[in-house]
Amino acid sequence: MKITFDWLKDHLKTNLKEKNLVEQLTNIGLEVESVESLSSDDQIFKVAKIIKTEKHPNADRLKVCDINIGEKELKKVVCGATNASEGLITIYAPPGAIIPKTKTKLEIAKIRGVTSYGMLCSESELNLSDESDGIIELSKKYKKNIGKSYFSKSKSNLIDLSITPNRPDCLGVKGIARDLAASGFGKLIIPKERQIKSKTKQTLKVKIKKEKGQGCSAFGSCLIKNVKNTESPQWLKDKLISVGQKPISAIVDITNYVMLDINRPLHAYDADKIEKGIIVRNSKSGEEFTALDNKIYKLEKGMCVISDNKGVLGLGGIIGGTRSGTEFDTKNILLESAYFDPRSIRNTAKKLNLDTDAKFRFERGIDPLSIETGLKRAASLIQEICGGEVSKIDIQKIESYKTKIINFDVNSFENIVGFKISEKEIQRILTDLGFIVKKEKNSLKLKVPSWRPDISQQIDIIEELVRISGYDKIKTIAPIKDRSKSTLTQTQRLFHFLQRAIASKGYLETITWSFTDQSYNNHFREADKEIKIVNPISSELGVLRNSIFSNLIMYMSKNLDRGFKDLSIFEIGPVFTGSNPGEQKTVVCGLSAGKKSRLSWIDKERNIDLFDAKRDVVQTLSEVGYSSDQFFIDSKTPNYYHPGKSGRIFLDHKKDKVAAYFGEIHPNILKKIDIKTENLIGFEIFLENLKLSRKTLKDQKLKFAVSDFQKSERDFAFVVNKDVEAQELISVISNVSPNLISNIKVFDVYEGENIPDNQKSIAISITIQSSEKTLNDKDLEKINNSIIEAVENKTGAKIRS
Amino acid sequence: MSDLKKIRDEFILKLKGKLDLAELNQIKSDLFGKNGLVSSQFKKIGTIDVSERKKFASDLNIIKDELQDLINLKINEIEKANINEKLEKEKIDVTLPERSFVRGKIHPVSQTIDEISSIFSEIGFSVEEGPDVENEYNNFTALNTPDNHPARDMHDTFYLDDKKKKLLRTHTSPVQIRTMLKDKPPFKIIAPGRTYRSDSDQTHSPMFHQVEGLHIDKNINMGHLKGCLNYFIKEFFEVKKIKMRFRPSHFPFTEPSAEVDIGYEIKDGKIIIGEGDQWLEILGCGMVHPNVLKNVKVDPTKFQGYAFGIGIDRLAMLKYGINDLRAFFDCDYRWLNHFGFDPLDVPTNYRGLSR
Repeated sequence: MKITFDWLKDHLKTNLKEKNLVEQLTNIGLEVESVESLSSDDQIFKVAKIIKTEKHPNADRLKVCDINIGEKELKKVVCGATNASEGLITIYAPPGAIIPKTKTKLEIAKIRGVTSYGMLCSESELNLSDESDGIIELSKKYKKNIGKSYFSKSKSNLIDLSITPNRPDCLGVKGIARDLAASGFGKLIIPKERQIKSKTKQTLKVKIKKEKGQGCSAFGSCLIKNVKNTESPQWLKDKLISVGQKPISAIVDITNYVMLDINRPLHAYDADKIEKGIIVRNSKSGEEFTALDNKIYKLEKGMCVISDNKGVLGLGGIIGGTRSGTEFDTKNILLESAYFDPRSIRNTAKKLNLDTDAKFRFERGIDPLSIETGLKRAASLIQEICGGEVSKIDIQKIESYKTKIINFDVNSFENIVGFKISEKEIQRILTDLGFIVKKEKNSLKLKVPSWRPDISQQIDIIEELVRISGYDKIKTIAPIKDRSKSTLTQTQRLFHFLQRAIASKGYLETITWSFTDQSYNNHFREADKEIKIVNPISSELGVLRNSIFSNLIMYMSKNLDRGFKDLSIFEIGPVFTGSNPGEQKTVVCGLSAGKKSRLSWIDKERNIDLFDAKRDVVQTLSEVGYSSDQFFIDSKTPNYYHPGKSGRIFLDHKKDKVAAYFGEIHPNILKKIDIKTENLIGFEIFLENLKLSRKTLKDQKLKFAVSDFQKSERDFAFVVNKDVEAQELISVISNVSPNLISNIKVFDVYEGENIPDNQKSIAISITIQSSEKTLNDKDLEKINNSIIEAVENKTGAKIRS
Repeated sequence: MSDLKKIRDEFILKLKGKLDLAELNQIKSDLFGKNGLVSSQFKKIGTIDVSERKKFASDLNIIKDELQDLINLKINEIEKANINEKLEKEKIDVTLPERSFVRGKIHPVSQTIDEISSIFSEIGFSVEEGPDVENEYNNFTALNTPDNHPARDMHDTFYLDDKKKKLLRTHTSPVQIRTMLKDKPPFKIIAPGRTYRSDSDQTHSPMFHQVEGLHIDKNINMGHLKGCLNYFIKEFFEVKKIKMRFRPSHFPFTEPSAEVDIGYEIKDGKIIIGEGDQWLEILGCGMVHPNVLKNVKVDPTKFQGYAFGIGIDRLAMLKYGINDLRAFFDCDYRWLNHFGFDPLDVPTNYRGLSR
């Protein structure tokens, strides 16, 4: 909402300065977004006429124009607008002018070899509208103004307010003045309502059809005959220009002015173009009409339309149609002032993807009792400026407005806000805001003003009172440092621990979007459901991620392209299994590329491999508190891992839920994604699959016990079939004599010479120690034999001699 | 000359010559080995006449000690010389690089969430969470946002079905609803997390982070809200004083509502929080609307309180001087490395939030 202090003063008597105004507006909840000072600078923009246009010698799309700016000499200006043509009256900005939109200073410049002295402006460049297509086209009437400033002198600063959606009344200057006056900033001026002497009746019949879902509950109108539509008088033009509106014609300008002044949207029809009468009804499916934006709209069933016998004239409260629009030669006009239901307006506009100023106002709620006031103000102005005879006002209604009543408990204010104001002050503020206040025994009986659709209960009144009294009066009560509940749950603590444990292993934490590219996602989706976003920001971000890998690989690839070769990144966050709330899992997903010890003078370089990832996962899980001795590992992994070089980890042999996967990313995916690295290794840890113990880590720990008796290390080499896993051997060995075997370590795996083709040799070092005595040779021999026997029997291995 | 003296003199002489370790060990064994010259003398002690035995034993011990000390001295000298010789050879260029190491980092948003949790933990808030996918009831309706509210536009919300029943939450406020439906008052929670809006430009990202706060109890009023936020902002920016401004605003789920600005100034191209006369909007808040309380079966005549929502990414940008929101989610190795935090740098209130 754009206003000027000058305009405000039509409604507000005040001696205060603009600086105070800006502060006060913000203090009462009418946030000032910006104050634009165009004061003297804009005198520089002049009305000018294009005398001649020629094609630019060096550019097809540019023209060289000779411009009359009221001086003897014509100015040469290079212009790219397609509508720049001989005879056009437009606005000229000379060198030195600061263009309001871009805030850049114009200079004399050579454009493709032709010197341009200044520029011809579009509406958007002058902040008049968003129209940037072509330069401004002024009507012929401006001919006499050539060389004069386009903007009038008295213009005060443009104040742009951000009005919250609950305050439609402040979409009119009067509403803002009312709020200011209530807060002590001046006194509200109540103008005398102009009475129009009319003898004739409104003869065009208006009917609101009583239909289900009728979006219009009241339709006021009057006929104005024999008008002479003209250019607006200077005061009106100045007013509109001062808030960034472009004057068009008196009739349009007047309806705009009334709308901006008291937030009462009006619509003017060329009465001669209406067939017989007005019917306000629901649209039929497939009905079409051409709107004032020159687009043809195809309507769905049940939209509120203003129509005549021939068809749709306009969408009520949203946009009028070209068929009945007013022109300079319009003689007789029908002026409409109606009430449209916000919900109906919104639904229709949304379906048609239409956004207009009227829609913006009606969907927030127009004062239902402003129908007559609006008609009277506009009609009398039209009569004053364009002449003509005004008919009596006709108002058709299918519903009457009922005043809302609230019983307000005065004590509730302090209860919510924490400070007190007197009952007298409460009455004053509410009265100033337009409430009718009646004191009752224990409360105030309040009649809510019709322009406040946002107020319906006690809390709304409290808000009004604290807003006008000032938020600075609210005391600051220091918080008490007291905690009765632990801050984090066990799962949240696990989240934090995992996050920092992985990062501490050299991984950079990333945060990527929860949505991803469908084609990447498909690589990592397996049988999971694809979850599409109905209205994605772009087709590359069209689905919720089923795995974090899709994003990580994409960004890994980008980083590799930046020239980084050895990189580990991870993310902890949600992946989605369905489109219902809660169908998501928390995953820690890591990805490493490249080599270890690349270009090292001391260590041998090698490709990063799955045992690096396995270490990171196993170490992390151990640090989190799970015993790696208990882990069970096999090689069943999702299809995006290399089938032979990946594994899954269970926390124990029960194989309940997969704690983690690790391994090489499938070579087919690397090929498709075309990622350039020596090796790509990933892992996933599933937070929800990690069992939370009810015991604390402290309680889980066994009693501290160590043995000081001598320990012996024995090495064994077993030859087994290739498909026998090391884990199996270790498991067999650890069960031989759990009290005596304290450590088992695989120190060599060998295939090749001296070993049969389908077999391998696994060398294991075993530490044997008793907690009761020093073992003698005989004891050790016995254990050795049982180890060999057990391994040979259970795994088909042979001890290598 | 007695045998003892002879042995002594002979070996003292021998030991004065240049000997290597092997020769010394040979001498040691010749003298003190099982059948060494000195060892054999000790065996003789019993056979010597009682009158001379004492002297003999004494002399023998003196000679033994003398020879032994000399041998040990010699051995020590040689060993020392050997070590010195070895040290001379073993000089290495220590300016060569160490074995390579990699530092992992924590994302600034995660760090900021931990900082926020730590601050609110001190004043008794606990952390709650909610799903990223929400139903429209929790995200809008229950929060007193009727279905014709502008925030419901296709423009702002990502929907997962054509009926617009399932969506990506547009704020963390639905966690308020879930928390209040699940438990009984009082409530004192914060809820950090991911939020989504279909907006994308230099200052908007389709995904961002918010932290929701909710405190419902008997007699909680706007003064408590002001006090809580004042405390939080001071702690977060680690400043003693903060300039803060509450401005009336409108959110459907709170009433009265406020937007909060903090004072700042730019000094030497850097933003200084808490000073100066510029205002920066950092959060929205208000007293929970009675309609919201009714929707979650909390009696608004008995319980009342406040809620707030803060943009985490924006807080992180302000505190750590990050200019571009989009960079948070771009995963540029250089950016992550520059703005990331060491994993051991866990924000705590006893050590201080940041280093």
